[in-house]
Amino acid sequence: MTTAPAEVAARAAENRPAPRRRIPVPHKAAIAVFIAPFGILFVLFYLIPILQAVWQSMLVIERDGTFGEATEVFGGLAQYVLVFQNAPFWASVARVLTFGIVQVPVMLGLALLFALLLDSPLVKGKKFFRLAFFVPYAVPGVIAAIMWGFMFSPNLSPFTALTKSVDFLGADLVLWSIANVVTWVFVGYNMLIIYSSLLSIPTEIYEAARLDGASQWRIAWAIKIPLVRPAILLTAVFSIIGTLQLLAEPQVFASFSSAVISTYTPNMTIYATASVPNSSLAAAFSVVLALATFALSFTFLKITQRKGADE
Amino acid sequence: MTATTAMPGVVGPKGAGKGASSGAPRARGPRESLMSRTAAMLVMAVFTLYFLVPIWWLLVASTKSPGQLLTTPGLWFADFNFVENITALFEYRGGVYWRWLGNSVLYAGLGGLIGTLIAAMCGYALAKYRFPGREVIFNVVLGGVLVPATALALPLFLMFSQVGLTNTFWAVFLPSIVSPFGVYLTRIFAAASVPDELIEASRIDGAGEVRTFFTVSIRLMSPALVTVFLFQFVAIWNNFFLPLIMLRSEELFPVTFGLYTWNSQLNQIPELRSYVLIGALLSIVPLIVAFLALQRFWRNGLGAGALK
Repeated sequence: MTTAPAEVAARAAENRPAPRRRIPVPHKAAIAVFIAPFGILFVLFYLIPILQAVWQSMLVIERDGTFGEATEVFGGLAQYVLVFQNAPFWASVARVLTFGIVQVPVMLGLALLFALLLDSPLVKGKKFFRLAFFVPYAVPGVIAAIMWGFMFSPNLSPFTALTKSVDFLGADLVLWSIANVVTWVFVGYNMLIIYSSLLSIPTEIYEAARLDGASQWRIAWAIKIPLVRPAILLTAVFSIIGTLQLLAEPQVFASFSSAVISTYTPNMTIYATASVPNSSLAAAFSVVLALATFALSFTFLKITQRKGADE
Repeated sequence: MTATTAMPGVVGPKGAGKGASSGAPRARGPRESLMSRTAAMLVMAVFTLYFLVPIWWLLVASTKSPGQLLTTPGLWFADFNFVENITALFEYRGGVYWRWLGNSVLYAGLGGLIGTLIAAMCGYALAKYRFPGREVIFNVVLGGVLVPATALALPLFLMFSQVGLTNTFWAVFLPSIVSPFGVYLTRIFAAASVPDELIEASRIDGAGEVRTFFTVSIRLMSPALVTVFLFQFVAIWNNFFLPLIMLRSEELFPVTFGLYTWNSQLNQIPELRSYVLIGALLSIVPLIVAFLALQRFWRNGLGAGALK
């Protein structure tokens, strides 16, 4: 946009004799050099695999007789019929949805609370807290899960008094133990996104409210939270996507808890199916999961946008 | 548990806020703020423990001999066995842990560098040049931001197995260097921080477009580049599904995945436990150091990403 004057001048100079239709693009070669490396890799490792997975999901295996050679032939939506009949897959989807309905609001609520506290004059030592809360984000999901797996174990935990009486790794609680790992890792990250959005609010906006004697909590509720709505929505969408894609943490917990079966989350189901190997069904699972992820975050954005417009 | 500890901090001061708005704000101000202050600090202190105790425990556990791990209190040191533990870890199975650490540095370090560079070139072109198809490219890339890495792992596996390249270094390395988020962030940053006048001046001096990018523009974009690199580095270092589905040979594993395989053998080989613990500690140190050293860069970068 800011290029307008130079651009117009350049175009005018180049175009005088030619008809107005075809405007030659200046610096064509340079643009190609800039875009090609990323563009080629993006096509190779994003677009083509996705298209291929969609194609693979439409193949079925056909044999000549019982012991004949297996060949893959086009089977239309046959795999998708199998997907919709597959009870373990839908159980895993229901499990991560339950997980998300509880874990995402708790995590984002905590992140918002901490961001507001850091932004208020109530807390001293902001720099320390900001770092301390963010450090878990530097711990890979696998390592965090290993660490918490030990913390929850009845023998090795530093809190054996608690872990011997409460079975954190049993069938009833293990989902929430995993939720704790995810929350532990990501609260600080989400807190920082909301916090940097809070920092960009000019202080004059709530100066007046402060002079009128409004408390920090009132300012937070009535002024700050509405202004950082976009940042909260962003973190919410990323959290929803992350929840549906859960894999590393439950996969690690499978070695601590027999309650975590090989089809515990949708991605674990995909991995288990691919190792059978049943590539076509795994591909169909992947396509369904990707569409569900997209639909869910899109719906969430639409709902919250409409709410925002009503207010 | 976490929800209830947060309650006092929220409920108490909110009630106080109502009192302030109904009358005599000036007289009430300081008292209410003392109460709020205490509640706020209490919340922060409790959660500092929540966030740091597991890491403290890991640090303490990695200094203990395998025997004392089970018999001494978890949150304080026993006999200092740290050096012996590290030596044992590095000698175990011909030093395979070293190999994993090296692999991770290669996947994440080199992958992050190349990924950041190509993302920056693309983002810069999208921000600074006008050409047909620009919006289409940007929207496709933006769609790519919403596709999580785990959703691509199986499709990538199917593709690589078709060309017989699964279980190779490239199967993990090549897909990792594509970062749509990097393009998105560098585009925003290039638009805001590289003035057109400067590019114009460079043109008048006779420098080519590509040269201008590498000598002038890239310097102005460096805070965003550090952010993109750091997040790309972390994403590759933490990537789990791709190595899980692609790699079979131990010598290709990144460190997090190697530790995962050890951890899942704990029931058969219990002595692996102390290797897992000290290995886990060593594997997070580089990440924590990188984050602490580069914090002034990524904090600004996070803000830029969230604002748009």
